[in-house]
Amino acid sequence: MTDPQPAIRLTGLTKEFGAVTAVDHVDLEIAAGEFFSMLGPSGSGKTTVLRLIAGFEQPTGGTIELFGDDVTKRAPFDRDVNTVFQDYALFPHMSVLENVAYGLRVRGIGRKERIERARRALASVRLEQMGDRKPSQLSGGQRQRVALARATVVQPKVLLLDEPLGALDLKLREQMQVELKEIQRELGITFIFVTHDQEEALTLSDRVAVFNNGRIEQLGTPAELYERPSSRFVADFVGTSNLFDDAVSRELLGRGGVHSVRPEKMSVGSGETGADVRNAPGTVVETIYLGSGIRLVVDLDAGVRVSVLEQNDRNRVHDDERGDRVVVSWHDDDVVALGGADVASAPAA
Amino acid sequence: MRLSRLSRTTLAIVAGAILVIVYVPLGVVLVNSFSTSTSLSWPPPGFTLEWWQRAFQSAGAMEAVGTSVFVAIIATAIALVLGTLISFALQRFDFFGRHTVNLLVILPIALPGIITGIALNNFFRTIMGVPLSIWTVVIAHATFCIVTVFNNVIARLRRTGTKLEEASADLGAGVWTTFRLVTFPQLRSALLAGGLLAFALSFDEIIVTTFTAGSGVTTLPIFILNNMFRPNQAPIVSVIAVVLVLVSIIPIWLAQRLSGDEQQRR
Repeated sequence: MTDPQPAIRLTGLTKEFGAVTAVDHVDLEIAAGEFFSMLGPSGSGKTTVLRLIAGFEQPTGGTIELFGDDVTKRAPFDRDVNTVFQDYALFPHMSVLENVAYGLRVRGIGRKERIERARRALASVRLEQMGDRKPSQLSGGQRQRVALARATVVQPKVLLLDEPLGALDLKLREQMQVELKEIQRELGITFIFVTHDQEEALTLSDRVAVFNNGRIEQLGTPAELYERPSSRFVADFVGTSNLFDDAVSRELLGRGGVHSVRPEKMSVGSGETGADVRNAPGTVVETIYLGSGIRLVVDLDAGVRVSVLEQNDRNRVHDDERGDRVVVSWHDDDVVALGGADVASAPAA
Repeated sequence: MRLSRLSRTTLAIVAGAILVIVYVPLGVVLVNSFSTSTSLSWPPPGFTLEWWQRAFQSAGAMEAVGTSVFVAIIATAIALVLGTLISFALQRFDFFGRHTVNLLVILPIALPGIITGIALNNFFRTIMGVPLSIWTVVIAHATFCIVTVFNNVIARLRRTGTKLEEASADLGAGVWTTFRLVTFPQLRSALLAGGLLAFALSFDEIIVTTFTAGSGVTTLPIFILNNMFRPNQAPIVSVIAVVLVLVSIIPIWLAQRLSGDEQQRR
């Protein structure tokens, strides 16, 4: 980390809308240059945190620091952060070039220089030909890139992105993910990315905060979140998990509490041997061909339905069908203990 | 929706009859303005351009046109400023009594003109002690002109939301810069449409005007009423009526086209 001060420091940040607490005492530090994601279902408070950082909402309590400066009370135009909005919010009455130059114009930068810089910003998102068009004449992906150019041309210290890829189709989304990552690396500025798409968060981020009910449920690298979810909510929301409740855990694992095992850590066969291997018999309910893999849904005799993901590689020998009796195997160290406290409270993702 | 042949025919006949009732008298006025008969007898015994010439030479008529245009422009200007401000207050801010204020703003256009006229007449003369003049007419007209501006602007504000303003602030623009560069351009066509309607409303208003105009203040509608039944003036009145219709149609047509363009672009 090059900068000793964190780019963003939130302390006890709270936002209430009437009786609803949208953000509940959030403490968070985001390092300079980090690609940070806030992940959560809608209504989890992630977008409100973003709007608080941008200054569109005033917090009920707590403080927001930007590189050590307390900006909690400052107006949006007085903060060195810029936002890429979910629906882009391009100015419809201005050309693409005027949109991109807007931030420079209101800062009083001369016409010649701002056009020059806006052109360069447009070129960096490969839209140099589109400067004279109106936003309504662009496709969704192009508008997205204009919004990105408009927000980055003023060289903010922190860029906030509010589900910027939500409106794009899958192919374009994947392409834009790569581009975003490249742009972030080139500019070296801090990205704070809000999304409800766990795959997007895992793919792009250095670190991810998983939000639930206005609080950070877990904070960590994508690998940490995926491999070691700390709660049932995270296990369920980030990727797919096979969850064993207390009774099932006692029978299959020999201990109480809630546990989870990822589908790809399980295999289907006639049983494996080894010191830390667990075998559980069951009946195949469904086999789903995914191309690169095969998903088997198995009802274990212990009374739980599990999903098993098998690679479609040359080692694959079984062709199980619905109704076949099989043995599902996994290793003990792939089992994640989720504790017992939040069994009842965790909502379905 | 699909309609049966019978109901379609019936609807066509009813609609046609209504259009005839509305527009044939206007056509008659137009024809009468060229009639050689001074008493508007029908059918016209002959045609002449004399009345058109006389109308444009009539000092009274020309002065009335000037008065009407002046009143309409000032009333519209007042309506544009106040109507926009009220729209912002009611759309962007939440305060106690918001819905009541909303109703109170719209009410003047629904009130019978004669009530507004008597009320304002009383208010100006007995309560305020202000003598009636051209300015009392302007203020009276502004009360209902505000409504058309307000309706147009508030609808636009509701549709555009605050997203663009947030984006502008986010990019570093202060409140006034945002209004000048983002909010106002978004409102421009709504203001134009509302303003044109306000102008048209004021231009042909007669009832409220009668009660609030000072002596010697003659707007065009009042001039027409005064001259309608005077001997030998009837064809001139027809000419003025035709001009009035044209002047009223143009703003309405423009306003409609502007809002139509907006809808197509979205």
